[in-house]
Amino acid sequence: MARYRSIRDLDWPLLIITLVICGMGILQIYSAAHETVWSDAWWKQTLWVGAGVVIMWIMAKVDYHTLLSRAFVFYGLALGGLVLVLAIGGKVFGSKRWISVGGFHLQISEFVKTVIILLVARYLTELKSDRVEGRDLLKLGGLVLVPMLLVAKQPDLGTALCYIPILAIGVFLAGLRWQYLVTIAVILTLVLPAGWHFVLKDYQKARLVTFLDPGRDPRGSGYQVIQSKIAVGAGGMWGRGVTRGTQTKYRFLPVPHTDFIFSSFAEEHGFVGVVVMLGLYFVLLMQIVQNAQMSPDRAGMYICMGVCALLLFHVLVNIGMVAGRMPVTGIPLPLMSYGGSNVLSFFLMLGLVNSVRLQRFVS
Amino acid sequence: MSVIDPESHESRLPSKPPLRDDTKFATAKIAFFQYAAIGIFIFLIAGFWDLQVRNPEVYYEAAERNMIKALPIPAPRGKILDRDGRVIVDNHSSYGLILSRDNLKFDHVQPIAAGLGIDYQRLVARLQRFRSRPRYEPIIKDELTPGELAFVTAHRDPETFPEMEVLRTQRRLYPQEGLAAHVIGYVGEVSEAELDSPEFIKYDQGDVVGKAGIERQYNDILMGKDGQRQVVVDNRGNEHEVASIKEAVPGKSLQLTLDLDLQVVAELAMQGRNGAVVALDPRNGEVLAMVSNPSYDPNKFAGRIRSEDWKEIASNPDNPMLDRAIQAQFAPGSTFKPIMALAGLEKGVIDDDFKIHCPGGATFYGRYFKCWVKQGHGVVDLHKGIVHSCDVFFYNVGNRLGIDNIAEYADMAGLGKKTGIDLPNEATGVVPSSAWKMRLFRQKWYAGETISVSIGQGALTVTPLQLASAIGGLGMGGVWYKPHLVKSEQPEHRIGKVEAANAQKVIYGMWGVVNEGGGTGGRARLPGVSVCGKTGSAQRLSNEAVKAGHKLKDNAWFVAFAPCEAPEIAVSVLWEGGEHGMLAAPVARDVMKAYFDKKAREAKAQAVAGINKAMPPTIPTLPPEPQEEEKPEAPEQQE
Repeated sequence: MARYRSIRDLDWPLLIITLVICGMGILQIYSAAHETVWSDAWWKQTLWVGAGVVIMWIMAKVDYHTLLSRAFVFYGLALGGLVLVLAIGGKVFGSKRWISVGGFHLQISEFVKTVIILLVARYLTELKSDRVEGRDLLKLGGLVLVPMLLVAKQPDLGTALCYIPILAIGVFLAGLRWQYLVTIAVILTLVLPAGWHFVLKDYQKARLVTFLDPGRDPRGSGYQVIQSKIAVGAGGMWGRGVTRGTQTKYRFLPVPHTDFIFSSFAEEHGFVGVVVMLGLYFVLLMQIVQNAQMSPDRAGMYICMGVCALLLFHVLVNIGMVAGRMPVTGIPLPLMSYGGSNVLSFFLMLGLVNSVRLQRFVS
Repeated sequence: MSVIDPESHESRLPSKPPLRDDTKFATAKIAFFQYAAIGIFIFLIAGFWDLQVRNPEVYYEAAERNMIKALPIPAPRGKILDRDGRVIVDNHSSYGLILSRDNLKFDHVQPIAAGLGIDYQRLVARLQRFRSRPRYEPIIKDELTPGELAFVTAHRDPETFPEMEVLRTQRRLYPQEGLAAHVIGYVGEVSEAELDSPEFIKYDQGDVVGKAGIERQYNDILMGKDGQRQVVVDNRGNEHEVASIKEAVPGKSLQLTLDLDLQVVAELAMQGRNGAVVALDPRNGEVLAMVSNPSYDPNKFAGRIRSEDWKEIASNPDNPMLDRAIQAQFAPGSTFKPIMALAGLEKGVIDDDFKIHCPGGATFYGRYFKCWVKQGHGVVDLHKGIVHSCDVFFYNVGNRLGIDNIAEYADMAGLGKKTGIDLPNEATGVVPSSAWKMRLFRQKWYAGETISVSIGQGALTVTPLQLASAIGGLGMGGVWYKPHLVKSEQPEHRIGKVEAANAQKVIYGMWGVVNEGGGTGGRARLPGVSVCGKTGSAQRLSNEAVKAGHKLKDNAWFVAFAPCEAPEIAVSVLWEGGEHGMLAAPVARDVMKAYFDKKAREAKAQAVAGINKAMPPTIPTLPPEPQEEEKPEAPEQQE
């Protein structure tokens, strides 16, 4: 195999769009947090993005097949990491999500996303079939379920749910009999009510109930939804200007630099800004889809589409939540929300996408 | 290098059908994903369209409401001053507590109520009543004590009870011990029932308005206009900047015609007695003093929220809330006789030569009417009739006049109708006449009934204010000014058709009451001032008392004016159960003495001022040396 991989062959449109989104994110973090204890978050985020670009470059240079071959090693490491989080993780807001490594708070569950993408790609590629059989579906489902449960135990239901679209898109692309779809649907209808009673914590139930009827408890769990909708709506067509959003400035908006950053953005940049931003995300997605289509083999396609599905899920759930169209799940907006693990995790995935792309040029 | 080599796998599993070309694999499914993504983005954009383009105003207003905290700035009420500008009613600063319904958590209400000693049920009811009002309401407690203030400041952090908001308010400060309480009245928060009545239409829930007396009558003048302070707050209620301030417009001060000196003297004189005193200036109708006893302390329920004391006051059998000066309606007894005398002279039924013999009683229409002196007064003319208050004489006068002539003069003197004083809820009293009886009872008037009315009994009832006004006007020779408490440049008055000579005869009789030997009102005599007066002892008719089988003690009345020749002050005194009018006379005397003493003092002060003006003081030199001798030397003095 030739080893000719030029910096020229990177997916530059992808990188530029990514950096534009990150730049808007940093501006918004500054605007949302400049008068608070988070006032230095914007340049920290800048550093994270810088680190992300480096990681992306490194990942792009690695042949993804090498990574796929070690997918189960990564999987084992991931499970170990998640168990470690539960054992010694730092507790914030009543849930254990971080491991402190050299002063950084690493959110293991973020990096597990990449591992799941590799795992699903590896497993489905090895099927050597145009159809997923029931046995394989159960096996793969079981493999994904274990880390999901570990993450849900933290508890971090939002991140745990993120693993599902990766599995779903993989299985969907690999080919699934309609009988299985029906079976899954039936099982879910049976399991969901049980899950409501035995799995969901009270605050999680409250969030769901609130999503269905936010006016029910305006000072309690409905608060975040109502304040987010107020912020978005107050932005109007053109927005109130950077650092001028009162919902953000006076902290009526909860966590405006992390989970609700898009709400803050919508308040200050209005509908026009929202459309531009959603447009950027859409182009980003399509760019990854293009890489999937041009992937040299199925494994590369699974990887790209896994990243795609995860990104779309994040955008749908986070931005949908901001607009009051999705329940509050507490998952960040990729590339915009403040948070090192989240930024690095997505740059890692984008590195994978570039790795797939660069393999095209390997004859 | 790579472990995954599709071709090698394929070759190992020849039974499976050949796989589709990798490059075309799942092309349709990826296209499906793209459409799904487009659908999701449209779904999201639709959400933002809904919020930001279709109705952004709703959310913009909601954002404004979030950050703008509008706190009322209560306007202080105007002061109430006496005729010399002395403060009768003032305000004092206090702290009130608002429970903002904006961020009120219902489970906080109980601990807040407990912490401040407020009745929980009442607090909940109050919060209910204010549900349609702006959010930074209602005030749930007036006048926080230092202890309560400490509770509030210790608990109003965002984690505990952020809905508590301290407000600087002005609270009404009334004189102690109920001085002039009935005249001044009191304030209170406008009640639910009042809000429905037209008089209170311009007020809002939570406004503090006058509830009685001057406070109510002149509420529009006294009540200021509340201001508002709008501040920008964050989600924890911390104030960031002031958005706007609308200053409160304080109420205007009101000067009364009341003279505190006279008021105090009158109240002291009435101490321990139920009844009323009214002193007014018959030359213009200005009320100088107005007392109703027993009184109450308006401070006890002048607050926004009435204390429990209110119930106690309201249920007192002596009825301290009743303003006896304008609301007590009693038979005037013999104090009515001057008006009878005037009517008799005016109608020509009696003259200077008219005399009767009083044997201690007389029979009219088959019924025997007693005179109050059992052994009789002997031969009685008009002057003696008034001086000795001979009942038999006035039975005859009344008999000759007939009820409608009596009613005509009683009406002229202002009895049987509201005087029109600037106080709410004045009573009318009753002046019976044949028309009155026909209207009320559909019955003819019997001449026998006139006899009782002749001595101020029967159906005739008056208020102390009516009587003071009536007698004052008589002293003025038949000019009745409308009594009032706020000075007016051109006081309203009625000029009765009274011949000066006739009025003089009556006034001379009243002079005799006080100043002649045998007069009933000798106790009202004042050195240096000619006082005219008339006593009255009126029976009280009470159904309850009759049923209970015991007779109520007579009411003691005394009316007076002075100086007789040119009256400056007219006084009426009612002492409920005082038995004899002569016992009420000293009260009137005290008030008049206070009036003339003060007048003399002022004249003297003016004279001194005049002298000083004529001889301006020379430039002051060194202050006088302290005089050693004046130092009190206690031990020596003791010896």
